[in-house]
Amino acid sequence: MRAFTQLDGLVAPLDRANVDTDAIIPKQFLKSIKRSGFGPNAFDEWRYLDRGEPGMDNSRRPANPDFVLNQARYQGASILLTRDNFGCGSSREHAPWALEDYGFRALVGTSFADIFYNNSFKNGLLPIKLPPAEIDALFAQVAATPGYRLKIDLAAQIVTRPDGKVLGFDVDPFRKECLLNGWDDIGLTLRHADEIKAFEAKRRIEQPWLFA
Amino acid sequence: MPQTLYDKLWQSHVVRTEADGTALLYIDRHLVHEVTSPQAFEGLKIAGRKPWRISSIVATADHNTPTDHWERGIEDPVSRQQVETLDANIREVGALAYFPFKDARQGIVHVVGPENGATLPGMTVVCGDSHTSTHGAFACLAHGIGTSEVEHVLATQCLLQKKMKSMLVRVDGKVGAGVTAKDIVLAIIGRIGTAGGTGYAIEFGGAAIRALSMEGRMTVCNMAIEAGARVGFVAVDDTTIDYLKGRSFSPTGEAWDRAVAHWRTLVSDAGAKFDAVVEIDAATIRPQVTWGTSPEMVVPVDGSVPAPEDFADPVKREGVTRALQYMGLTPRTPISEIAVDQVFIGSCTNSRIEDLREAAAVAKGRTKAVSVRRVLVVPGSGLVKQQAEAEGLDRIFVSAGFEWREPGCSMCLAMNADRLEPGERCASTSNRNFEGRQGNGGRTHLVSPAMAAAAAISGHFTDVRKFPRVS
Ligand code: SF4
Repeated sequence: MRAFTQLDGLVAPLDRANVDTDAIIPKQFLKSIKRSGFGPNAFDEWRYLDRGEPGMDNSRRPANPDFVLNQARYQGASILLTRDNFGCGSSREHAPWALEDYGFRALVGTSFADIFYNNSFKNGLLPIKLPPAEIDALFAQVAATPGYRLKIDLAAQIVTRPDGKVLGFDVDPFRKECLLNGWDDIGLTLRHADEIKAFEAKRRIEQPWLFA
Repeated sequence: MPQTLYDKLWQSHVVRTEADGTALLYIDRHLVHEVTSPQAFEGLKIAGRKPWRISSIVATADHNTPTDHWERGIEDPVSRQQVETLDANIREVGALAYFPFKDARQGIVHVVGPENGATLPGMTVVCGDSHTSTHGAFACLAHGIGTSEVEHVLATQCLLQKKMKSMLVRVDGKVGAGVTAKDIVLAIIGRIGTAGGTGYAIEFGGAAIRALSMEGRMTVCNMAIEAGARVGFVAVDDTTIDYLKGRSFSPTGEAWDRAVAHWRTLVSDAGAKFDAVVEIDAATIRPQVTWGTSPEMVVPVDGSVPAPEDFADPVKREGVTRALQYMGLTPRTPISEIAVDQVFIGSCTNSRIEDLREAAAVAKGRTKAVSVRRVLVVPGSGLVKQQAEAEGLDRIFVSAGFEWREPGCSMCLAMNADRLEPGERCASTSNRNFEGRQGNGGRTHLVSPAMAAAAAISGHFTDVRKFPRVS
């Protein structure tokens, strides 16, 4: 996994609540057996005017000029500003894969759906929760300021606005550590293989029917 | 100290806990399907790792498989590749059970697990699918997980988790005639919202939940995720134990007696404390119909479509405006005046035998409205299909002009050929009414199986409580 330490990035706003994973990456793209290449189809139904299918040349498709991420001023954004309950719906990890492949490294919003939140950390994508009033202020500032950027420092757990205001955020110490170091969860867990074996052996005796 | 069922399920699976509370949780059952597993198997192979415990794996192909013309195989080459990749992975790695495409026991993973007794009380159950919450009906701690976690469970038999907060949703009293498990859960989501359960594990309790069959409890737990909760569950009682007796993977003989004694303990102790409690009076629940693009946008069938100005919060109001536009609906339209183009009876929410019986009871002796282009009835599994045919339900559907299909996810998410055309409106027994879920531009209204059948017959939504039955 790619480590995340600091980021100074352009912010793109997506001013909708309950953005679901079907919207982030529609199901026809889930047929892929790969992990990469989902970026051009992130937000496909909002982003293009035609219906997207796997295997199309996305660079030739008609873009929807009304969709916010298509605006020139947000090209190259690496931070997505979102509203409540972002990433609700299915457990598809294709959603963070698509966002990461698109170029986002961090998401800043009021709340994220549980499974999506978890999946994001596993893909080097940092979801940051801030209070609703701060998010409202950020949406207003982004709209008013072309080229609006935020600085994120994961070690210090702060987001710094261009006007110098510093916003602190919470993150699980364990997730933070993994993300800062780019650690692979599986490798970490396997260091405890003996404990898992011992647990399993005990369980096998106590509830043998679970191991039939 | 009295414990909640969640406390018990959690504690009995913790292998170790980190200083910040992150726990390594042991996983008893790993359900696998073709969409979210290929990258996990690939990751495992690249890292040179072996699966930890093959006998925990139960796999089936469901999302991509066609529901008709099985003799032609899977015509879409991309879908076929995904299903064949699962075949190859299971062949290489092994599993306790695999129900491949066309197998007599193939079907939707959340229907197949319980009906074969592969989901047992007290288990942790995971699957790369958010509707894994379904298995909570058996007092399991059942999570949907992402593909990285699928790989993690394959490699370590564990999941990294933090304990959630606990919520009790207590539905007391008795539901009226014509009101089903689906209406109960839609009413709950209407009350707490699609983010209401975020961060919580929900226990569903109360007399109205106790009165439900296992099929009904699965319908309720299935949609816990639509209320924002990764897990939802119901305590063990006689209904649970009766259901499990004699299933393929259920224990037998002396092991059965020992298991039952243990399962009986899987209830919240009297006086256990929950972080949140929601109380609903079952008698107030009417048949529900969603009108918008989020499951919380729901009203009773005798209600009408709301207007943006009914909502004070500007973000909500904006969402309502957008949903009305997408759904092609005018505020204040009575729900019963909304006409449908297609009807879908199926999905892991409502494709079990009891659901099909409810739909058939309404369809019996009637025919679908001419204005309805298509009515799909898709059983949840090969075993459900067999049972329905033994009871003659298929003939009732076919004489009503409904299509009787092979099992699979079908038009729940339209990954196969079953889908809505842009602008088409559907009465659907599935669980998500998101934009484009059942096909690009398609409009989904979530309802119970009986309500779906009544809409098919009438051509528009109809209060099933007033719907005349032909005996
Ligand atoms: S029936 Fe629908 S919700 Fe259930 S597993 Fe299949 S696609 Fe997912």
